[in-house]
Amino acid sequence: MARPGGRPPLWRDVRVLRVAFQLMVLAAAGGVLAYLVGNVRENSERLGIPTGFGFLDNPAQFPIPDSGFRQTQPVRDAIWHGLLNTLRVSLLGIVAATLLGIAVGVARLSGNWLVRNAARVYVEGLRNIPLLLLIVFAYIGVALTSFPRVDRAWEPFGLAVVSNRGVVLPWYDDGGPWLLAGVVVAAVAAWGIARWRRAVNDRTGRPEHTLRWAAPAVVAALAAGWLLSGASVTVPELEGRIVTGGTRISPEFFAILAALVLYTASHIAEIVRGSIQAVPLGQSEAAEALALSPFQRLRFVVLPQALRTAVPPMGNQYLNLTKNSTLGAVVSYYELARVTSISVGNGAPAVPAYLLTLGLFVILSLLLSLVVNLVNRRLALVTR
Amino acid sequence: MSSPPIAARQSPLGWARRNLFRSRWDAAVTVVAAVLVGYAVVRAVRFVFVTGRWEIVRVNLKLLMVGRFPDQHLLRVSVAVVVAAGVGGLVAGCLHRRQADAGRLVWRPPGAVWAIRAFVARSWPLLLVTLLVLSLTSTPGPWVTAGAALAALVVARLLGTRLPKQLHAVIFVGAALAPFLLVWYLADAVGWDGWGGLMLNVFIAVTSIVLCFPLGVLAALGRRSSMPVVRGLSTVTIELVRGAPLFVLLLMANVALGFFVPPDQAPGRVARAIVVFTIFTAAYLAEIVRGGLQSLPPGQEEAAKALGLSPVRVTFLVVLPQALRNVIPAQVGQFISLFKDTTLAGAAMTLFELLQVGQSVTAQGPFAGQALLPEAFAFVGLLFWTGAYTMSRESQRLERRLGVGQR
Repeated sequence: MARPGGRPPLWRDVRVLRVAFQLMVLAAAGGVLAYLVGNVRENSERLGIPTGFGFLDNPAQFPIPDSGFRQTQPVRDAIWHGLLNTLRVSLLGIVAATLLGIAVGVARLSGNWLVRNAARVYVEGLRNIPLLLLIVFAYIGVALTSFPRVDRAWEPFGLAVVSNRGVVLPWYDDGGPWLLAGVVVAAVAAWGIARWRRAVNDRTGRPEHTLRWAAPAVVAALAAGWLLSGASVTVPELEGRIVTGGTRISPEFFAILAALVLYTASHIAEIVRGSIQAVPLGQSEAAEALALSPFQRLRFVVLPQALRTAVPPMGNQYLNLTKNSTLGAVVSYYELARVTSISVGNGAPAVPAYLLTLGLFVILSLLLSLVVNLVNRRLALVTR
Repeated sequence: MSSPPIAARQSPLGWARRNLFRSRWDAAVTVVAAVLVGYAVVRAVRFVFVTGRWEIVRVNLKLLMVGRFPDQHLLRVSVAVVVAAGVGGLVAGCLHRRQADAGRLVWRPPGAVWAIRAFVARSWPLLLVTLLVLSLTSTPGPWVTAGAALAALVVARLLGTRLPKQLHAVIFVGAALAPFLLVWYLADAVGWDGWGGLMLNVFIAVTSIVLCFPLGVLAALGRRSSMPVVRGLSTVTIELVRGAPLFVLLLMANVALGFFVPPDQAPGRVARAIVVFTIFTAAYLAEIVRGGLQSLPPGQEEAAKALGLSPVRVTFLVVLPQALRNVIPAQVGQFISLFKDTTLAGAAMTLFELLQVGQSVTAQGPFAGQALLPEAFAFVGLLFWTGAYTMSRESQRLERRLGVGQR
């Protein structure tokens, strides 16, 4: 009720109240922050612990296995190697969990009773147990005790050596840059050919056959890179108790990666199933009426629409996987959390060290969600 | 209603042809899958009934369930379980009565047989696992406790439907206070930091859920506020917490939480874990609740305002109840994650929770070095699985009850 010519008194003026309330909130938040910071400073002073980031230049005093890192190098480099290890397990895990998750999610809707229920048991079983249980089991129960001793290692097809000291896979030796160049050229070629075929299809209506066109180019590029690099494949070989050649995957890395992939895939499978079911049945029926095979229906009609709605929740799972990779610390995989906690154990100040790690993870999370948002915007249905 | 179509009744052979061997390709998949599944099933059955050495679970059962809780105080745990069952039953009875009075119940035939059948159909996973645990015990105590808890549940449930409605307010307030009283009653014997086993996981999870709920709702409202300062602070806090890994937060709380408070007030380890779980889950809950708030048509709020309700009433009587109802599955999903994530506290702060117990009984004591991890973890995993599965079933049931998507 506006009284003509008069404003309400100050204590009932909404505009004033809003500003006053916000100032109060700001003051309270600032007060809490100042209290916490003050306590940290006071406690650190009392205990004689430095509060800055000077500890980054101190020697780390611990080595990191499977990397060039030695204990005389500074903490800064240790954290860098930890970050690399975190990224390695996260990226590999994201790719593998996506593939497995989509496969299981599709299998959950299979017309085959056995396949459908096997997928269901997998999803319901893994989704409801703690990830840490899987990780510890994959490490102690599988990688360390179920895998044979190295002198009795499994050698499937003579290509790999599996023992409780790790899994050794075939790899290449030297010539890295040329190989990388080959992969990059192949990727660019594949992308360009896909675009070109899409344009041809749009213009003329002739089938895209992207794979048929792109495969030779990709193979050629990879082969060229391979030949130019002069690299050769090394297959691991077991001689007594020593494995030569190949690349070794440590039991720790195997455990954390396997557990993360199996666990996250069970969540992704549920997302994929939900979004496939969200595609109107008419789409699938129309595709059937056009005589598309079941695979073509899935590949060209259902999945493209389903994955569009699945992107945001899948992005959340990728974030979770990245953050869950810190559990590698429990099985002695040297990722960020383990590097930080060992550094703190060796005398680095706890508060700045952990704040640094948290900051790195916040940045990682933001970058990852940026990518997911970009993909999402790209795929989002363009409506009028 | 007409009788089911004839095609629906089919011979086993017809069923197999439709579901397993529709095409040559399908048959091949079935054969391969059957070999793999058969192998897994044979291995699993052999493990459970033949090769598994379950003495490790039998001997350490007490450790797995309640940790190192002293024997002379175990009676308190029993009393707490029975009282909790009774309070739960009472509340369930009252709610049932209210639903019945509001005419929102699905009709069910009266009589004890149907009630028991419905109860078993609803909670068979929990009942089965309880029976399994009981069958592993060597003392009568757990049997008596379970029997008393069941009796308390049934009696209180029946009582709840018959008590006068005037008492409901008292009962609900009492039920809200009961957890605190029970925790005090248990902690009076042994402080939290001496708790362990499944009891500790459940305690941390339940406490964090209770504490994070108001915090998360407040943060969600803050993020939707029209006041820039409130919105900004809420958003930054939520995003920072959500960007941080829980495990690192727990590690940090373990060694660095003491720095943030005056020297003489450093909390114990369990309290630290609860602080971290509360803040972490509140941030996720805030995003879930925000989703619920956004799903609500603006007309609801506008209509409530038009009726002259104050902003507080608009929020708490009109907006929040609908918003929270719309996101029940996501909320329960978050609470399930919390329950499973209580295992991280064991690894990060060396709390003696279920997973830690399961791992340490295979590494120390009479069973050390015998590679019994599969047995111990199978049992631990089964307990977690049952808890999580029960929660998700109850959430689906609650969703149906509250008529999400129907009203």
